Amino acid sequence: MFASLYNFAHWLTRNREEAEDLVQETYLKALKGFVSFQQGTNFRAWMYRILRNTFLTSRSGLSVKMTVPLDREEDAVGLAADTPEAVLLARADQQMVQGALERLPVQFREVILLCDMEEMSYQEIAGIVGIPIGTVMSRLSRARKSIRELLAEKVRGASK
Amino acid sequence: MTCDWVPKLDLYVDGELFDGELTEMEAHLRACPTCAADALSRLQLKRMTQAAGRRFSPRPEFRLKIAQSINAAKRPPWARRWAPALAAAAALVLVLVPSAVWLQHLRSGQALGELADLHVSTLASANPVDVVSSDRHTVKPWFQGKLPFTFNLPEMQTSPFKLIGGRLTYFQQSPGAQLLFEVGKHQISVFIFQNRAELSGLNSGSSLSRKLAFNTETWAEGGLWYFVLGDASPSDVHDLSELLRSADRS
Ligand SMILES: [Zn+2]
Repeated sequence: MFASLYNFAHWLTRNREEAEDLVQETYLKALKGFVSFQQGTNFRAWMYRILRNTFLTSRSGLSVKMTVPLDREEDAVGLAADTPEAVLLARADQQMVQGALERLPVQFREVILLCDMEEMSYQEIAGIVGIPIGTVMSRLSRARKSIRELLAEKVRGASK
Repeated sequence: MTCDWVPKLDLYVDGELFDGELTEMEAHLRACPTCAADALSRLQLKRMTQAAGRRFSPRPEFRLKIAQSINAAKRPPWARRWAPALAAAAALVLVLVPSAVWLQHLRSGQALGELADLHVSTLASANPVDVVSSDRHTVKPWFQGKLPFTFNLPEMQTSPFKLIGGRLTYFQQSPGAQLLFEVGKHQISVFIFQNRAELSGLNSGSSLSRKLAFNTETWAEGGLWYFVLGDASPSDVHDLSELLRSADRS
């Protein structure tokens, strides 16, 4: 879990030093806050929640909150109807996907990473991020739509 | 025309459809080639994101630093400096305090809290176990010569539990074994110590365990004392306990 927490922290902060500070603070908080650990929540999700809350109060976390506009997320569910094209995906490489993930606003990046990379359930993600499950779903579908669009751009650019 | 099932394809790919809905979706995917192709490419994108996401690794120095700060955080700062003297003093107090009072102290929940702390700090540590293996034939011999007792481990293959490994631990100044198991995404620690009167006074059926954030079960058998603790469900903790007891009887 240490390595995946670090990886997730690095994706949030986009910076090694800040990711290390974040992970260290998370572990110390977890050790001190053992009493606040609730039965029925799993330990892994609990650690991610501490890490994410710590991120939000960090310098880069605060600046992130300021710059991303809040929009009517629930409207985005319908966008799930977009189909990713197999051809597009076949031409995209790992670097392109990483580039696309980097360009996502952190609110979308964290949700898609928790879902696809950490294989967490919608319920767990909702608990970690502190949003309703419906919002998890709309952020996921918007994140995926953006990734497909960014990949399409890249693939088209590469074949020119 | 878009198929009615398209909005549910993400849920399907993310494993969020259950029971009736899942069966219906699977039947639909066999009948509708458009949705089948769509689901496949969504799955493909999910796998690509997963692979691309695993990108940053912690530096070994940082891993070490965290392990050290966890060890330091386990004890209050004053205890670090005075640890040897305090251990001696504590041993002396143990001898002098009548056993009934000692028993009460244990029952106060501090002892169980201490084991819960051990469990949490193990999970939080960079290297949770000293012997990493899912094979009981590797884990059990590893403890030989390190502990003043031996114990049996059951066959786990047909159970939902997965052995992660084990480590040496200390509780109330006695060495013991800590085994780490996984069931689903939950971790369970099994502590094994030589049985002493004051340990068998601790039982998980008491109200103590409800104060902890974990489910627990404990028993004594064959001169050993077992304590099972984890954030898994009460029935999982019980089933694992049953398995361990069956290994001792076989
Ligand atoms: Zn269909």
